[in-house]
Amino acid sequence: MTEIACQVRGLTKTYGTGQAVVRALDDVTLDLLAGEFTAVMGPSGSGKSTLMHCLAALDTATSGQVLVGEQDLTTLDDKALTRLRRDEIGFVFQSFNLVPTLSAEENILLPLAIAGRKPDREWYDAVVDTVGIGDRLRHKPSELSGGQQQRVAVARALVSRPRIVFADEPTGNLDSRSGAEVLDLLRRSADQGQTIVMVTHDPVAASYTDRVVFLADGQVVSELREPTREQVLEVMAGMAG
Amino acid sequence: MLRAALKSLLGRKVRLLMSTFAIVLGVAFVAGTLVFSDTLNRSFTALFASTVGDVVVRPEGAVNPMGDLSTLTVPAEVAADLERVDGAARVDGNVNATNVVVLDEDDKVVGGFGPPSLGSNWTGAPAGHGLEGLVMTEGRVPDGPEEVALDAGTAEKAGYVVGDTVTLNTAGATATLEPTLVGIADFREGGSLNGATLTIFDTATAQELFLDGADAYSDLWVTAEDGVSQEELRDRVEAELPDGLEAVTGDDAADEAASDLLEAISFLTTFLLIFAGIALVVGAFLIVNTFSILVAQRSRELALLRALGASKRQVLGSVQLEALVLGLLGATLGLGLGVLLAIGLRAVFAQVGLDLSGQSLIFAPRTVLAAYAIGVLVTMAAALLPALRTTRIAPVQALRDDVVLPESSIQRRLQVGVVLVLAGLVSLFAGLGDVVEVPHGGWFVGAGVLAILLGVAAASPVISRPFLVLARVTFARLFGTVGNLAGQNSLRNPRRTTATASALMIGLTLACTMAIVGDSAKASVDKSIEDNFVGDYVVSNVVAGSFSPEVAERMRAVDGVVQVVRQRYTGGTIDGEPQGVVGIDADGAEFLELTAAAGDVTALREGTVLLQETYADDEDLQVGDDLEIEMPAGDQRWEVVGIYEDNPVLFFPIVTTVDTLLATGAQDKDNALIIDVDPASPGVGDRLEEAIADLPIVTVKDQAEFAEEQRAPIDQFVLLIFALLALALVIAVLGIVNTLALSVIERTREVGLLRAIGLSRRQLRWMITLESVVIAVLGAVLGVLLGTFFGIVLMYALRDEGLEVISVPTGQLAVFLALSVLIGVLAAVLPARRAARLDVLRAIATE
Repeated sequence: MTEIACQVRGLTKTYGTGQAVVRALDDVTLDLLAGEFTAVMGPSGSGKSTLMHCLAALDTATSGQVLVGEQDLTTLDDKALTRLRRDEIGFVFQSFNLVPTLSAEENILLPLAIAGRKPDREWYDAVVDTVGIGDRLRHKPSELSGGQQQRVAVARALVSRPRIVFADEPTGNLDSRSGAEVLDLLRRSADQGQTIVMVTHDPVAASYTDRVVFLADGQVVSELREPTREQVLEVMAGMAG
Repeated sequence: MLRAALKSLLGRKVRLLMSTFAIVLGVAFVAGTLVFSDTLNRSFTALFASTVGDVVVRPEGAVNPMGDLSTLTVPAEVAADLERVDGAARVDGNVNATNVVVLDEDDKVVGGFGPPSLGSNWTGAPAGHGLEGLVMTEGRVPDGPEEVALDAGTAEKAGYVVGDTVTLNTAGATATLEPTLVGIADFREGGSLNGATLTIFDTATAQELFLDGADAYSDLWVTAEDGVSQEELRDRVEAELPDGLEAVTGDDAADEAASDLLEAISFLTTFLLIFAGIALVVGAFLIVNTFSILVAQRSRELALLRALGASKRQVLGSVQLEALVLGLLGATLGLGLGVLLAIGLRAVFAQVGLDLSGQSLIFAPRTVLAAYAIGVLVTMAAALLPALRTTRIAPVQALRDDVVLPESSIQRRLQVGVVLVLAGLVSLFAGLGDVVEVPHGGWFVGAGVLAILLGVAAASPVISRPFLVLARVTFARLFGTVGNLAGQNSLRNPRRTTATASALMIGLTLACTMAIVGDSAKASVDKSIEDNFVGDYVVSNVVAGSFSPEVAERMRAVDGVVQVVRQRYTGGTIDGEPQGVVGIDADGAEFLELTAAAGDVTALREGTVLLQETYADDEDLQVGDDLEIEMPAGDQRWEVVGIYEDNPVLFFPIVTTVDTLLATGAQDKDNALIIDVDPASPGVGDRLEEAIADLPIVTVKDQAEFAEEQRAPIDQFVLLIFALLALALVIAVLGIVNTLALSVIERTREVGLLRAIGLSRRQLRWMITLESVVIAVLGAVLGVLLGTFFGIVLMYALRDEGLEVISVPTGQLAVFLALSVLIGVLAAVLPARRAARLDVLRAIATE
């Protein structure tokens, strides 16, 4: 199980020009292993969101390489990037994950429907079963609780069997119990072989992962394997100092 | 509060400008119409002043009901007598004729078939008030039967220069003239022929051609000596005149001519004002919609203001203030555009000969006042409903995540809609005279139509739901997920969808109504012609006038012609009122297949008349009675020998013989020939054409061609209305663009999400386009249904006015529906592009 899902080589992202240039990412090199659940942490402005956006084909890098599977993201045009997002990547955002006019089921199947692909019925049932919203599939998002909405979003991210799922503060807007349910769900998915990258600043959330990558000033400064909440807090305290 | 309102206005300027567009258009129509008609009113008297003398002496009732000049004349000795009148500097006799048609070198009629073709003699008389009048600007005055002069405009259009041979068609005894052009005349001090062509002969030639060689004039101009006013001179001239002649001042004659033209143009101004009204109603819809969306989007901001201590009144006031500023802006732009419109109208009128370029536009204070009053009132009234809704926002909503603006319940909308539609129906049928008789029926019809339109618009969120659901299901089936998303979006806020569609509905309702009215009118013309067309061919003058009697002679000589029946129209006076009379050949009554209501309609001979049944009833005349009529040659008594059932082929209700008219002073020219041919004679139609090949103003038509010609004015009329309605459609398109653009802004995050999970730009554009098509087709379906209803009701009400056929042009209506799809696609272009260009990251991050 040492297959690499995503390779980052010398990734640099700058904003602005001349004196006002800001290096959001500064020569980041990183390998994300298949089936691993990785957390990206760091203080505000450390570049963790930018990193995720670049990896997820939402943003383009200034220099460096991002390989998702065989494809180098930095060489793809918008059409190809859209296709990549559709077929190879799943998303869970902090909030507003669902299309309000569609039912939970339609939302889950949306990426497949956009691609014009038939859902794998067995896999779909398994995902819905894991997510535990089987009785609410016909409901519109406005009729679901925040936790349920996030779990539907996770189901949507999983259903197309993407190479990587990116989650951007997926528990940021949830109470701790709903948050735990969502994190549990992500953990179980990773255990079944799904590669997941999660941006968070919550040490509790980070403790659900296999590996935590710490960013500061656009650079990878530290890394933990099999982290506990206490270890994470310790590293963060060190960074703040 | 004031500052907050203005700031928010500036922040949304593009969206607001788009909703102002309708106000701008409506105000522009009103302002343009007012400026133009003010300019016309002021300049007309001046325009005509140089086309009349100080005092005009003319026979009483000189113009007959057909608009032709009659053979009533002023004897030459009257002119000689008047020269002795104290204060008269000179007296000039004019010979005037219509139907002197100038042909260019390709034998095409110069000036087209609209404006009159005048002929006159040359006198060189000055116009009233010492104005120069028409002068020879080039060449010399014509002398003798082989020479003519033309007005400068006609010469230029025909491409004739002095020395050329000019081809003329006249209705006089000689059908074609080919004199030499020796002079060109023009007004140097302002003055216009209003697009008419003028051919000038010397006096003797004009008398020979148009007055059968009599030494007489059509009218006289008496020029005043210095210091003698027109009124003084008129009174002195009047005292010297024999019975049957009258004297009028040049100013009065100019006013008469001006008011005739103004009346013709007032039709146009009324039209423009009606369309201004339509633009404003449609525009009001857009403003209601735009403000509703904006207020909904800002409800959190407004709730915050309330939480910070702003009163309901202040929140309401801030929205109304925005409307006020917008109204002022719209009115100002509209006023500017209105002036441009007036300039445009002036240019169009210059094209048809009414050149006002010498006159500056008149910008009355009333125009400015009307523009601002309309612009501001309509905008503020339209914004009131959405503004009132803001007062129901509770301050606590500022703290909530998702603010839902309270809206009137859909049930309530349905009730209001039903009440409006019912009231509209009552008003409509009252106006049409089917329920009760009311005065000013037109207003009731208009109010009824408006009430029904508003009622349907109010109820449309409810009544359109089945359509929207059907559209969603259909789209989902046809276009998959993208179709499903688009369908869901249009269902998301039915009020918004249907309000946007309503703007299109109004435009299309009117278009469909007009299509049905036009089509029915054409079908009625066809039916009437089919029922009454006798003979095989009709010969008529395309310039809608008379032609030389020589034509009938030529036709009679054509091989294969069995019978030619002449028809001519002239006028007499009965009890002091002008009355048109038809003259036909004595043997024509039988040929025309008149149905006798009383007496014998085939017994027509010289000195007798046939009367139309309705006319005979009105005038209480029976077979055997005498009809007393004053003709140019004096009082006549014609015996009524027959009464016929109403027949549209006969233009006037009194029918006598051609010889009778000739004997009583009518001009010897025909208005129509009806020709019967031998069916066994091949190629007779071609031979008939050949016989008049040198007379392009005279045409031979069979029944189909004749019907075609009669339908042409209806087609033109309908086309004009469609052109103006296109403006209403443009406004409606803008409404859709506006709503979609606002919806895209509102759903920025959703768009970002869709893009993030893999919706391509193309799919996104497709989705918005489909949403737009739903709106457009909904508007079109409602519009076509309502328009068909109004059209049929209107035609039903007009069934007694000779419009007995109700015809629904299904092809045209289908085109309207197809067009609406196109409108939807076009309206979506910009909002779709905007959505597709959204940066995914930023869209997701949008609050």
